[in-house]
Amino acid sequence: MIIAERKPMEEIRQLIAPYKKVLVAGCGTCVTVCWAGGEKEVAMLASQLRLARSAEGNEIVVLEATVERQCEREMVAEIKDEVAEVDAVLSLACGSGVQTMAEMFEDKPVFPGVNTTFIGMPEKEGLWVEMCGACGDCFLDRTGGVCPVVRCAKGLLNGPCGGTRKGGKCEIDPDKDCAWVLIYRRLEKQGRLDVMRKYYAPKNYRAVKRPGKVQAAKA
Amino acid sequence: MAKSFREILKTKDFVVTAECGPVKGSSVSKAVEHIELLKDKVDGLNVTDNQSSVMRYPSLGVCLLIKEHGGEPILQVTCRDRNRLALQADLLFAHSRGIGNILCLTGDSIDVGDHKEAKQVFDLDSVQLIQLVHTMNSGKDMAGNELDGGIDFCIGTTATPSADPLEPQLIKVEKKLKAGVSFIQTQAVYELDELRRFMEFVRNIDGKVKVLAGIVPVIGAKMAAYMNENVPGVFIPQRIIDELAQAPKGTGVAKGIEIAARMIRQMKEEKICDGVHIMFIGREEKVPDILGAAGLL
Repeated sequence: MIIAERKPMEEIRQLIAPYKKVLVAGCGTCVTVCWAGGEKEVAMLASQLRLARSAEGNEIVVLEATVERQCEREMVAEIKDEVAEVDAVLSLACGSGVQTMAEMFEDKPVFPGVNTTFIGMPEKEGLWVEMCGACGDCFLDRTGGVCPVVRCAKGLLNGPCGGTRKGGKCEIDPDKDCAWVLIYRRLEKQGRLDVMRKYYAPKNYRAVKRPGKVQAAKA
Repeated sequence: MAKSFREILKTKDFVVTAECGPVKGSSVSKAVEHIELLKDKVDGLNVTDNQSSVMRYPSLGVCLLIKEHGGEPILQVTCRDRNRLALQADLLFAHSRGIGNILCLTGDSIDVGDHKEAKQVFDLDSVQLIQLVHTMNSGKDMAGNELDGGIDFCIGTTATPSADPLEPQLIKVEKKLKAGVSFIQTQAVYELDELRRFMEFVRNIDGKVKVLAGIVPVIGAKMAAYMNENVPGVFIPQRIIDELAQAPKGTGVAKGIEIAARMIRQMKEEKICDGVHIMFIGREEKVPDILGAAGLL
């Protein structure tokens, strides 16, 4: 899923400083699961904003609404009445949701309330880690299901760099595993180290022509 | 340095190279001093490429200075700052100006340097870079286009004999050897047994490649601890840290030189490797002291 983090409060307050009535719009999918922009986070942020503005004697009206997927026009259309009432929208969806909202309500300023960070998974309660770089040219068959494109700090395709720390940790972070040590161990376990010994040519970084577009195959 | 490095690798028993770290700024007088001091005492002078991801005078620039002053430059090229177009263009330029040797490296991460917000490139990795040089050596660019005037580099690379775990590192080394390199300059070596084990591995794959062991003198216990924590791929054993800690105040540099020279002598006498690569960044003027103490002058 897509992982995001809420922007710092001060930054959010600056974004909406000129407005008297705003909508905090959540998304019920990825950002709900990663605790960044679901219904709960919308309610919490809305009340924090009301309190903060009230404390400085500059009252603000904050509406709240959460749709199932903010990246789909039909679902965003469900909250058009709330949008019509406010001066600006603060979207807690991923960048894709923010843009869908902004495109649908072109006369309204729509601001991002979160920073979209990566595609990942929950490692443990409250901790998410990056797993996929959406490169459009999946390499996981050659690496025991560990992605070197994003899990190696340098995106190397032919093995570890020379900077691996003792115990197989990453050059840039002693708390992170070196992706190539993980790949080695996985392939070793499967008796497939020959796959790691092969030379891999430079990646096609244009496998997805940016901006990306995928057309479903016709049945 | 009358002979080319390629020739030296074929003919000399114990090859010695040293490293020149470019300055931060456009003033090259210090670099010229180091070149003048070292060019006739070593077989080749490496020039680092934005070493430790810290922006500096370019490797190519100092390599040209070495040529101008009659030395033999080894151009270090990392994959961190240039995509495949920029790398190829730099290689064409380097060859056209008489630079004949290249050391292909991955490069440190942007995160360890002084421009931490920069976009790091790594379009290629070091094995792919070696492959690229071979492709261009054969007269074509990476896209298969004919070059109007090709290149001809003597190709080297790096390795970390003390990596832990070692096996993934060795698979990478095997790929580099199979891609084809004439020399390896290793990361700093402090444990000779690690070097012996590494040499055995290399020799089983490639009987011809020359391995120059990396020598990084450590001049104090504090510096050693700092390097262990902050310099990627460097592991200084406690034994050496203790020896440095016991050295009387003010004698750290001399002690560091003594330890380095002792290791070099042993490497040479026991024929453990084919030479050494001395990296005394920031104290290049002391390199002749190491060479002298190791009996290499």
